[in-house]
Amino acid sequence: MPDPASLVIQLLNGLQYAMLLFLLSVGLSVVFGLMNFINLAHGTVYMLGAFLGLTLVRATGSFWGALALAPLFAAAIGALFYAVLLRRVQGESAMKQVLVTFGLIFIGIDVVRMIWGDYEEAIAAPALLADSVRIWGQLYPSYRLFVIALGLLVAIVLWLGLERTRLGAVVRAGVDDRVMAASLGINIEAAFFGVFCLGCWLAGLAGVVAAPVLQIYPGMDVAILIPTLIVVVVGGPGSLKGALLGSLLIGMAETFGAVLLPEFASFMIYAVMVLVLLLRPGGLLPARPAA
Amino acid sequence: MRLFATVMAATALALVLPGPARSAEPIRIGLVLPYSAGPYVPLANEVGDSLVMALEENGMEVAGRKIVVLKEDTTHKPDVAQAKAKKLVFEDKADILVGPIGSNELAALFAFAAGSRVPMIIPNAGDNEATGDKCSPWVMRTSFSNDQIVREMGPWMIKQGIKKVALIAFDYNTGHQLMDGFKKPFVAAGGTIVGEQYPPFGPISDFGPYLTKIKEQKPDAVFTFFAGPPATALVKQFSEFGLKESIKLTGAGWLISPLNLPGEGAAAAGVIGILNYVPAIDNPVNKAFQAKFQAKYHRTASEFAAQGYDTGKLIYAALKANGGKTADKAALVKALHDVTVEGTRGPLKIDPKTNNIIQDIYIYEAKKAGDAIDFNVLSRIKNVQDPPNGCKL
Repeated sequence: MPDPASLVIQLLNGLQYAMLLFLLSVGLSVVFGLMNFINLAHGTVYMLGAFLGLTLVRATGSFWGALALAPLFAAAIGALFYAVLLRRVQGESAMKQVLVTFGLIFIGIDVVRMIWGDYEEAIAAPALLADSVRIWGQLYPSYRLFVIALGLLVAIVLWLGLERTRLGAVVRAGVDDRVMAASLGINIEAAFFGVFCLGCWLAGLAGVVAAPVLQIYPGMDVAILIPTLIVVVVGGPGSLKGALLGSLLIGMAETFGAVLLPEFASFMIYAVMVLVLLLRPGGLLPARPAA
Repeated sequence: MRLFATVMAATALALVLPGPARSAEPIRIGLVLPYSAGPYVPLANEVGDSLVMALEENGMEVAGRKIVVLKEDTTHKPDVAQAKAKKLVFEDKADILVGPIGSNELAALFAFAAGSRVPMIIPNAGDNEATGDKCSPWVMRTSFSNDQIVREMGPWMIKQGIKKVALIAFDYNTGHQLMDGFKKPFVAAGGTIVGEQYPPFGPISDFGPYLTKIKEQKPDAVFTFFAGPPATALVKQFSEFGLKESIKLTGAGWLISPLNLPGEGAAAAGVIGILNYVPAIDNPVNKAFQAKFQAKYHRTASEFAAQGYDTGKLIYAALKANGGKTADKAALVKALHDVTVEGTRGPLKIDPKTNNIIQDIYIYEAKKAGDAIDFNVLSRIKNVQDPPNGCKL
């Protein structure tokens, strides 16, 4: 077992990864809960966010500028995807949605290759966060603390938005019972579009935020897509709290699996998923109780 | 009708008059490198460009025959690599093949060259078996075997008082070969391995959890193998997570390649590497090569460039010794075995017993030099030669 100081550091490592997963999975989960819409190309938006961030950092030299702008571009690209293509398959069979969005993954990777090339790149952490701080006698990179703080902040803002605003009430009503909400005169289509764009914004944000910790490369979307989908399934589709809990569980499983049971590291998150699905087939905190 | 007559006359003339190209067929060197895709694109260019540079220094010509370099792109795929090698040999009539960069493409190229009896020179890939128990008389290596790179590190560490070492490398063949190659001589010299970690091979390079575990293992030093962007990530995170305060970071020298130093910055200072080349090698060939390369490309030539350049020098020396004859492929291989050249890495010779290069190995430290990072050679082990390892040539 790790000593207490190392345990704290490993918890922070797990938490940091969990926050990245949360930024990615929350949008995907709520979109799925609202419209039963499966968007496998969500990771593509994450990748585009990271590469747009790279270009902005190179052009302006400012990480913060990239962090502010790249997610907006990512959201705009998401909106375009939606208007041109995804709106047409909405309400179609799940198989059709999977095939169309799966196709988008391949197009996305090739487009990124054409524009940015086939290299692994990295964005340096901003100067303000380039150093490390001492926690319990152990050095820990400040940037990773920033990732954790940002993830928690996003979680709180989203929770307040969902629970305390009229828009949040509309989204909750849509997730609970779409037909009933629509018959009460709520424009579910518009709410869905808004949530979809917000999800893309968050994915783009995750792309830029991840860049100083992970490498960015064509195919980074596929690498993160599987853990993200597992988070959605484990947490329970459509639920903010579920996405948060699922992210924490998967983030910790991956981190501690890597160091405590290295032989099973690549298998750990799947084991967690199987276990959760056996005990709670609808996920841990689904938005709708299992019928 | 007049046009027809003119064309006929010109054709007749062309057939009668001996053109300059007809006097002697050129010697064709076929490069099979991953030029367009995958992580080795920059390496392919370093190797290919420097090989051409060495041939150009000799006028691209030997014994009255022109030397032509043909480039084919493997796109980082073994099947494409083999198809391109076949095209080079059967359609373009290449006399010698040079490739690949990564071990992923090695088996496919190796099988073709060995089976078709085409002399092939490996300018980078280090798989032990290629010049060990799977060796072929037709496939030579001017770069290194994985074992050759790391074998001398353990005994040197013991001399420096480094007794406890933690290992970390990606979980794939090259990672394991380099860690095993380090481990055996280190343990035999009295060292202890206090931990071994093999993260899944892939471009994701968050080393946080692994580095935190290394701290607990309390080693004197870490020995590692990473190359390309993960190497940069490891060197930076090693410093960010505070391991640098009490633990020495060492590894196969690609960890602090000149290609990585700009990204690693100050975090690279103090890192120790072991490799067959470092830009700081003090000999006239290397100094001239670095000066020329830097003037042309405005960056320090890497170990990959040095290997490409030395490969070009060796091929040229063999062709010259053989009087520019390439028709007899066995004689060409013998000529490649017989020459010794002064390369950027010191004296170089292909070992006829294994087909692997015999070369000097360097242990060196990255150090701060003003705003930049420079290298300081700590030890030079001369004429490092692989044991046969099952190769019977």
